[in-house]
Amino acid sequence: MAELLDTPRRVRTARSLRNRRSYLVTSGLAVVAGALFVVTMMVGSFAVSAPDVIASVLHLRDNPSVDFIVRDLRLPTAVAGLAVGVALGISGTLFQRLLGNPLASPDFVGISSGASFFAVSAIVVLDASSTVISGSALVGALLSAFLIYLLAWRDGITGYRFILIGIGVSQLMLSLIGYIVSHASIYEAREAMTWLVGTVGQAGSGELRTLLVALAVLVPVVLVLERPLRALELGDDTAKALGARVELSRLGLLAASIVLVGFAVAVAGPIMFVALIAGPIAQRLVGRGAGGIVAAGCVGAIITLGADLVSHQLLPADLPTGVITGLIGAPYLIWLLVTVNKEGRGG
Amino acid sequence: MSVLERRVAVETGPGARPTAGLVVGLAVLVGILAVVCFFSITLGARGVGPATIVKAFIDFDASSASETVIREIRVPRTLIGILAGAALGLSGTILQGVTRNPLADPGIMGINSGAAAFIVFGIMVLGTQSIGVYIWLAFAGAAFATVVVYGIASFGREGATPVKLALAGAAVTAVLTSVTSAIIMTNVDALNELRFWQVGSLAGRYFSVLAQTAPFIAVGIVLAVGTGRALNGLALGDDLAVALGQRVRTSRVMMFVVVAVLCGSATAACGPIVFVGLVVPHVARMLCGPDYRWILPYAMILTPIVLLVADIIGRVVVSPGELQVGVVLGVLGAPAFIALVRYRNLAEL
Repeated sequence: MAELLDTPRRVRTARSLRNRRSYLVTSGLAVVAGALFVVTMMVGSFAVSAPDVIASVLHLRDNPSVDFIVRDLRLPTAVAGLAVGVALGISGTLFQRLLGNPLASPDFVGISSGASFFAVSAIVVLDASSTVISGSALVGALLSAFLIYLLAWRDGITGYRFILIGIGVSQLMLSLIGYIVSHASIYEAREAMTWLVGTVGQAGSGELRTLLVALAVLVPVVLVLERPLRALELGDDTAKALGARVELSRLGLLAASIVLVGFAVAVAGPIMFVALIAGPIAQRLVGRGAGGIVAAGCVGAIITLGADLVSHQLLPADLPTGVITGLIGAPYLIWLLVTVNKEGRGG
Repeated sequence: MSVLERRVAVETGPGARPTAGLVVGLAVLVGILAVVCFFSITLGARGVGPATIVKAFIDFDASSASETVIREIRVPRTLIGILAGAALGLSGTILQGVTRNPLADPGIMGINSGAAAFIVFGIMVLGTQSIGVYIWLAFAGAAFATVVVYGIASFGREGATPVKLALAGAAVTAVLTSVTSAIIMTNVDALNELRFWQVGSLAGRYFSVLAQTAPFIAVGIVLAVGTGRALNGLALGDDLAVALGQRVRTSRVMMFVVVAVLCGSATAACGPIVFVGLVVPHVARMLCGPDYRWILPYAMILTPIVLLVADIIGRVVVSPGELQVGVVLGVLGAPAFIALVRYRNLAEL
């Protein structure tokens, strides 16, 4: 009897332990992401020390030559890496949790390929500037997401139908991209292929600013919606019983993650695998406590910044960031597929 | 219901059609295929009449552009369309039967892209240009992707469900694509070659391609058509198939080999082509009921019809240029695929 009365206290202790772990790990990840952010601005053909970088970014003191290198040359790339990584990480983990499958990242379910189709059309057909390319990528992501949502709607949305229809739409977009690339001139084709792999430093400051605004608005929204998300993960009926407004929260979360992917792709192109692997890595580190979303954003930033560093500093030839994330992601993906597939539900 | 009765139900029960009707249906399809072949040879940027076709073969005049077009371009192209179509249709049917999964398809499962990636690897790294080497690379790639994707998807309690299979295929495709991109980013010539190859097409396929791939496809077709009875057994579930005296594991492995041969040679011949191997077997199943001994030949005739019609559409709509058949099928196939996902009960295989 005494033991029975003890139970609530024990649950509370366990929960607070788990939450403490989650906070610790998340702050650790944030520190690592911040460190990589600084390192990105330190290294290059002219090395700058860490204190100088920090002083220059925060406008603590003026040193024209250092300021030029740090603020004008390296800061935009570093911010892009950080922001794109956070956006991809968060939207990837939202997709995976909403659709109930660790493989359902925006890379595979048609969102990125919709963005790619529009961007490649802009490059080849319209011969567009980088702002127009980014704009069309955003429009493409939103349109294809809307299309998939509409097509998958049948008395509500199931993750299962959304994934399959997304894959169908993705195949359609890929064949259209193939057509456009095969009819382009070789220079445009090369530009299109480079864009398709995705690289951090290719965006203008306007797009970057839009992404930052989107993050500033949507991250709080997503954090507010995390509670209904955890209810949704228990299945629609349970979520309803728990008082969550199922369709509304799902639509809100989906919309937020699609907008984030759209802006991220507009800035850096469809960098592969970041959205796919950030969520599961974060989940594994944090455990099943609260706060997985922020952790996923941090992991996304770490991967993106790390891949950018590797491609610019460690390799003889400058490869797009997406090639590096692809090569890092591939073995991880195989492992993930083999071990985590058991947890997939639906279908 | 006893095992035997259930088996009889598949082969003669409700849903099964009378044999005479099935034979007539097949004959009609062959007739349609012949008509489509005729149009495939006559239609295009340069229109030619039936008389020219006959003359091109009986009394060939090398100085006549029309006759040269027929002999050197249109006829090989049509023959490759037939063979590749048959290969894709049969491999799609077998995959769906073996995995008891209505969305199993060489394109969705990434088998085509496995073959494609290995061929690209051959072009870039080994510097090969010959179709004789391509085809072995394509087999290796197709076999590799089949094993990896199916293996990955089968982990877990429920086995290879449609969603897991499709996602595993998409994921493996993405991995292969990123490796391919890493290779082509550094090499403009390679990029130039790849961008034409990666859209499935029947254009520019001459007799050399046909001669290299036809024997493999022919062997594959013969083996594939013979799998009908085994597929009927597997459709009852592994336990019943074993009870019926089938060696389930052996026949599965055999069928995957056949699929790899068919997909590999079709991809080597005309590049990756999606959706057709997925959708056509379902149409065949609607036409002739659940008996795989009939679905296989129906799919074998229907798929080339679809492929050639798509190829003709691609030639006619933007004449004198052309849309590759891979693009046409991508555009036409996606709605069919989506309809399949929306309206059919996917657990029914």
